Amino acid sequence: MSSIAIRPIHRAVGFYEAPIGKKAVMAVTGLVLFGYVVAHLLGNLQIYSSDPTQINKYAAFLHNPANAIALLMARTFLLVCVGLHITASVQLWLQNRAARPIGYFKKDDVPASYAARTMIWSGPIVGAFVTFHVLHLTVGSVLPLHEVEGGAFLSPDVHYNVITGFQNPLVAGFYILAISLLCTHLYHGIWSMFQSVGVSHPRYTPLLKKFAALCAIVIALGNISIPVACLAGWLKV
Amino acid sequence: MRIVLHISRQRNGGAKPKLVRYEVPNVNHEMSFLEMLDVLNEDLIAKGEEPVAFDHDCREGICGMCGCMVNGLAHGPRPGTTLCQLHMRTFKDGDQLYLEPWRSAAFPVVKDLVVDRSALDRLIAAGGFISVATGEAPDGNAIPVPKEAAERSMDAAACIGCGACVAQCPNASASLFMGAKLAHLGLLPQGAPERDARVEAMVAQARAEGFGSCTNIGECEAVCPKEIKLDVIALMNRDFLHAQILGRGAVSENAG
Amino acid sequence: MLLDSKCPTGPIETRWDRHRFNLKLVNPANKRKHTIIVVGTGLAGGSAAASLAELGYNVKCFCYQDSPRRAHSIAAQGGINAAKNYHNDGDSIYRLFYDTVKGGDFRARESNVYRLAQVSVNIIDQCVGQGVPFAREYSGYLDNRSFGGAQVSRTFYARGQTGQQLLLGAYQALERQIGLGTVEMHPRTEMLDVIVIDGKARGIVTRDLLTGKVESFFGDAVVLGTGGYGNAYYLSTNAKNCNATAIWRAHKRGALFANPCFTQIHPTCIPVSGDYQSKLTLMSESLRNDGRVWVPLKKGDARAASQIPENERDYFLERKYPSFGNLVPRDVASRNAKQVCDEGRGVGETKLAVYLDFRDAINRLGKNVIKERYGNLFDMYQRITGEDPYELPMRIFPAIHYTMGGLWVDYNLMSTIPGLYVTGEANFSDHGANRLGASALMQGLADGYFVLPNTINDYVASNKLDKVDASHPVAREAEAQVNGVTKRLLEAKGSRSVDSHHKELGKLMWEYCGMGRTAEGLKYALSQIPAMRERFWGDLRVLGNGEELNQSLERAGRVADFFELAELICIDALNRNESCGGHFREEYQTPEGEAARDDENYSYVAAWEFKGVGAAPALHKEPLTFEYVHPAQRSYK
Repeated sequence: MSSIAIRPIHRAVGFYEAPIGKKAVMAVTGLVLFGYVVAHLLGNLQIYSSDPTQINKYAAFLHNPANAIALLMARTFLLVCVGLHITASVQLWLQNRAARPIGYFKKDDVPASYAARTMIWSGPIVGAFVTFHVLHLTVGSVLPLHEVEGGAFLSPDVHYNVITGFQNPLVAGFYILAISLLCTHLYHGIWSMFQSVGVSHPRYTPLLKKFAALCAIVIALGNISIPVACLAGWLKV
Repeated sequence: MRIVLHISRQRNGGAKPKLVRYEVPNVNHEMSFLEMLDVLNEDLIAKGEEPVAFDHDCREGICGMCGCMVNGLAHGPRPGTTLCQLHMRTFKDGDQLYLEPWRSAAFPVVKDLVVDRSALDRLIAAGGFISVATGEAPDGNAIPVPKEAAERSMDAAACIGCGACVAQCPNASASLFMGAKLAHLGLLPQGAPERDARVEAMVAQARAEGFGSCTNIGECEAVCPKEIKLDVIALMNRDFLHAQILGRGAVSENAG
Repeated sequence: MLLDSKCPTGPIETRWDRHRFNLKLVNPANKRKHTIIVVGTGLAGGSAAASLAELGYNVKCFCYQDSPRRAHSIAAQGGINAAKNYHNDGDSIYRLFYDTVKGGDFRARESNVYRLAQVSVNIIDQCVGQGVPFAREYSGYLDNRSFGGAQVSRTFYARGQTGQQLLLGAYQALERQIGLGTVEMHPRTEMLDVIVIDGKARGIVTRDLLTGKVESFFGDAVVLGTGGYGNAYYLSTNAKNCNATAIWRAHKRGALFANPCFTQIHPTCIPVSGDYQSKLTLMSESLRNDGRVWVPLKKGDARAASQIPENERDYFLERKYPSFGNLVPRDVASRNAKQVCDEGRGVGETKLAVYLDFRDAINRLGKNVIKERYGNLFDMYQRITGEDPYELPMRIFPAIHYTMGGLWVDYNLMSTIPGLYVTGEANFSDHGANRLGASALMQGLADGYFVLPNTINDYVASNKLDKVDASHPVAREAEAQVNGVTKRLLEAKGSRSVDSHHKELGKLMWEYCGMGRTAEGLKYALSQIPAMRERFWGDLRVLGNGEELNQSLERAGRVADFFELAELICIDALNRNESCGGHFREEYQTPEGEAARDDENYSYVAAWEFKGVGAAPALHKEPLTFEYVHPAQRSYK
């Protein structure tokens, strides 16, 4: 061996140990949850069907005991994704706070990125809302839930539960607020998940950002239209 | 014109920073920001007060030594401009300016506006190089480099290592700095052989130095005096995931 | 003292090879037993530190900045020359050698310059290997551009940031060695003395700029790559903190200082705007490829540039030097700019500027091409002046930029103190009386990558050195002296700041030892400097203490040295009764106003020996002989 010092660069970092690994986990779980939000919206929009029982039929399909295992698996999968998404984000948040122990007297935020900076706040609020939303419309601990005969079994009377729920301005207001936050969260998240896994291109990334904004707005409008329609009396039991 | 400064002052790293108000009357709009600080310091010396310590050297925007927060923006309000190249014509008579050092766990304050950025050097020492000893390289034209690769590499290589990205980032992350180095070297054929190992080594070092991580906010890009783009962070993420998922692990250190 | 340049003789093409073969080597396994101290981390110091560590030496490296990446080599914009002849335009090692000797106005050593041209080729290869993103053609091959003083395209570049990219290459190589533990890096540490024991350089005394700790470091040899002394003029294109302290204190310990009056004035700098001006900013010489230099024909023409019709403009460089035009060497371009301003034809508020106009190039090539070539320079100009150079012509004026003089070194880059090596701008060796554009980067890297790592082995192999440490009386004396200066500066308790003294010195130097020098003016300057120096020591105010970061104290030590060095610059300028390159004595010019050299009497290197502050230095002459490029009046007509 010559005297020339040769040492390969050290390769010693675990995937999840590295912030980039955590962000990749958040990107993948975020994608799953985004998919769920889209599917959920498509389900919800059935409330506008001319057939007022349409949405209940959809609910009955989901609650069919024949689909119970699939439903359980889907719910578990979603919960795991939510858990991972939250765990990684909290870990990063703690690390990042430690990276600046003394703050600035005066800090001017660059205006470009309101949604990005508020991810850590829009996240928990949306989380709280989801919990409320599940308690409200799935568990029934907010308002009593109606059920209807779905053939061989009882299934939720979604049409009734949603409309009566949203006729309460407090419930509707909280829903609208939470959806707005969810959509700012999505607006940043849709673009951000690509960035986190390293997909960026000078031609397509600006388009992606526009697409993210469009998605967020469409999802927001679609969801918010329901409580608005209930409050305005366009949707009736 | 007259400028009012509120400067964060501290004798040393252990001391508590304190905002001190100074007035600089007679600021000429052709002055650079640092020349305005020179004028303040001359005035302080005449009065028998210790001048404000701030780092600076080339004063032409390339050495990366200067920089502080001006009203909460790294290097001040003018995009693509280091503090030394910021001129007073950017401000108006009576403006109140808050000057603070870069703040980050990885950049301990030395005195007043001076910080210790040696963590950035250690990131480079961890892997920000191509292992070629003097005399080893083949002819410069032996390996053609596509013009686009050379240009993109140069865009990233323009980084001056000033630390503004870290200072501005709400997470005090050095991702833009690392991404710039990884893109500079990784996009060239000469840097390709060590691409996987380089990203892993630098990412590990960044954790050890106490830098935060990237949450894709983009404030770094907005204040970077060399206008380095967030793309380089995406590239770092991709390289890291590539190395971790597809890499075959460490090569034996004793090989050869 | 006999100055032995140790230059090989015989055919110039093989001198370096033969010389290298005759140098002793150090066994690879033994290298780690030797320590080399490197001061400065620019192109010359950083490349040397990295290369020596790669060879196996223990290296201790020092810089005053917070990181080795900040050295002022980083500010070089235009490019680096190399005799690659990739463009088949008639270039060769011999031509680069010829151009450099001629460009230096026949005041450089032929052997050194030839070697420089030879290794220029390896530098490009090395830098490409390190990942320097040089400009490329669409084919993927390296692009070149032309530069002042040459008629071939041999300048390699990375946009307008070539110095930065080359320095990052050297810095990364250095950081790699630091990571490997072969280099011990000391940033924010200033060298304040050389320790010379038994006639050999064995170490340095440093001050830690953060804690004020004065400490000695020892090794088998010391390398100074600490840059030039342009800041003796206060306003220059050097970084604010560039200083001559390392080389000056080495000079005071016995290293001869060669050709101090050879200072280069760069023609294309942004003019001074006011008293508060702290430095001058250079606009790359490459701008002269497409920009045309002019002033109004009429004296005192106050019209805006756009209002002056073509036939009332004087493109004075194109008029006087039809074959080189705007690409004449720096000294010629600077002097002509001064001349037209002296005639009262200067432009801008201060009338101390000439136009550099891109109108025709923009019309010919389009704004986009110009933007691609010089975009960052145009942006910089706009940031500083607030004017848009795409619309209005730039205003430029010459400024001190580079110093060809420096510590005298032999062919091995060793000074007159055995074991003390000097590389890059800090030495005097390769550029004669004038440096061509894109040659400083070439010389710094040639010295650090390819020359010093070869020559230093010979010294290490031939000298058995005893171990020394800080308890050695010489080291203690040097430390005491350093502490004494610090104490004296802090205890001056006068009323004026360091900068005010420095500005006063700078004005005097620029006025009387700047672009045009006369015996009368130099004598006047020499009568003023000692008094100024006394005022400095008597009426200096440095606040704070010496035990923590104290930037005024750092500067005060450097300015104290400039006050001594300035005197030597003037003495040398007064001694050299001829005009050559950057040294223009108004008494010695041809009827056309060109520099009139006196080869009969001044074809020598003037190496000065320190005899005490205020005492006349002793002159030693190293005669220059030209076997290949025969001195003639430089003509760029």
